[in-house]
Amino acid sequence: MAAITSTRAGFRGSQKWQTRLNVFATLAALTLLAIVVVGIPMGWMVTTALKERTQIFAWPPVVWPNPVRFENFSETLTAIPLLQFSLNTLVLCALSIVGRMASCSIVAFSFARLRFPGRNILFAVLLSTLMIPSQMILIPQFALFKTVGLVDIFNGYLPLVLPSFFGNAFFVFLMRQYIMTIPRELDEAARIDGASTWQVFWRIIMPLCKPPLVVITVLTFLWTWNEFMHPLIYITQFDSYTIQLGLNMLKGRFNIQWNLIMAGSLMAVVPCVVLYFFTQRYIVGGIASVGIKG
Amino acid sequence: MRIRIPRNTLARREAAEGLLGISPWLIGFLLFTTGPFVVSIVLSMTDWRIMIAPKFVGLQNYVQILTNDPNFWQSIRVTFTYVALALPLGLFAGLGLSLLLNQKVPGARAFGTLFYLPAVLSGVSVALMWMWLLNPDYGVVNSLLGLVGIQGPNWFWDPDWALPSVVLMSLWRVGGSAIIYLAGLQNISPHLYEAAEIDGAGRLAKLRHITIPMLTPTIFFQLVMELIDAFQVFTVIYVITDGGPMRSTLFYMFYMFRTAFEDFDMGYASALAWIMGVIILGFTALVFKSSPLWVFYESDVKQ
Repeated sequence: MAAITSTRAGFRGSQKWQTRLNVFATLAALTLLAIVVVGIPMGWMVTTALKERTQIFAWPPVVWPNPVRFENFSETLTAIPLLQFSLNTLVLCALSIVGRMASCSIVAFSFARLRFPGRNILFAVLLSTLMIPSQMILIPQFALFKTVGLVDIFNGYLPLVLPSFFGNAFFVFLMRQYIMTIPRELDEAARIDGASTWQVFWRIIMPLCKPPLVVITVLTFLWTWNEFMHPLIYITQFDSYTIQLGLNMLKGRFNIQWNLIMAGSLMAVVPCVVLYFFTQRYIVGGIASVGIKG
Repeated sequence: MRIRIPRNTLARREAAEGLLGISPWLIGFLLFTTGPFVVSIVLSMTDWRIMIAPKFVGLQNYVQILTNDPNFWQSIRVTFTYVALALPLGLFAGLGLSLLLNQKVPGARAFGTLFYLPAVLSGVSVALMWMWLLNPDYGVVNSLLGLVGIQGPNWFWDPDWALPSVVLMSLWRVGGSAIIYLAGLQNISPHLYEAAEIDGAGRLAKLRHITIPMLTPTIFFQLVMELIDAFQVFTVIYVITDGGPMRSTLFYMFYMFRTAFEDFDMGYASALAWIMGVIILGFTALVFKSSPLWVFYESDVKQ
């Protein structure tokens, strides 16, 4: 009897030990990966941005900048008006976010809650547009906007923001899935109280849709902020450049002054990083939900 | 699926409201997707250089592209080599990372957040960052390799290494797919594992017979999306390599962009766009068609 108990205890003990070893190995692997994948690249960017010119080419490489040179930032900003370009980009971001929020939420609500002929077919069509590479329509879209004359007014911003007002398959899908999880009883109760369809949408559904709306806002901001090709095509005036077009000038302007180039890049990356860390709970969950349901 | 017009007024009203509600998307779809699609077929059969009116040339652009355009074939080679390297590597790395993140360890969530960060960063700043990281003489990667006695390659500046450098950059964003795989993993019912354990399955057996099969729908979705993405690689090339050295990174999208917006050969570029569309469609169809062979849908069993 005693022997059995002791072996059992021993077995449990070794199992516990094994779990502990597992946890330790996993944590070690994750930490190592985090250092290699995120720590070193981002860290190198930051330290370079704070270095003096001589230190960027030093051997062995200098890890901690000494002295720390914050003038890199002001120097970069004097050479290229990145602040002005950020403001331009913020205008584009704001317009795109408003457009996406308005159009995607109403479209998603209609797909989730209203019955109309052809709903399933249209929803399938919507989903299939996820698979259309946007570059396929790049040239005809340019031709369209050029012919209609939208390229030459409002700094060429209209072609960049106008499509946002007409929904987006990814976000409509995300939001429709979310709305479907809201109990219908809420709608029905409001209806009994005499609410119209749009009142149900605005008063009942929208206030409950904070998570998908956060995802739409943040991802639209990030995409618009980081978009390069479309601004490159449509924006021709230097004064109306977006942040990415401005960053593209860094290399030509500073040649091999990597401390200044990294200072400029860092200033463009920081807003994205901060926004991401504040909203990551929503973003990661939102992306994952589309990925596994798709 | 048959479209039925509802009889009673209440349902008819709901139908009208529904159509009104989706009209922003429907109008946009017709205006910004279907319309341009049709237009681009026509454009692809013209000689059009923006300033001059388009001239109809039939299939001449396509013939030229397929029979007498070394840049087209080079861009196909580059893009497919990239796909052949980046997709499998990304799949293994993403799966591996998601398995790690799925372990019950403290801080797993925080790690997930950290690894996803590169996936939300993009654009010129990231391209410039990599250009500096992979600088042959002063970049941190070659410096670290030097510490362990390895002479690092010239990365973006070597025709043999430029494309692998772009692949390396794509692996940096592996957290993006890992998060999606992780969500797939967490969707797998624990009962399956318990049942397998009772049957005496070890760790590897569980991975092979439960985890991977249950994850195939997610993998499938991810592969299709990444395939489409591969044809859209642009910013990195524009900022760092300009398609070189020696056309070794002449990605399809980059070549198309140059044809359209630098050479202003819009008709020819439209034909390139259509060929890209057909290739992507073909591959997506292939992945879909092959999916019964390797994708496991739980609902199939229940039926």
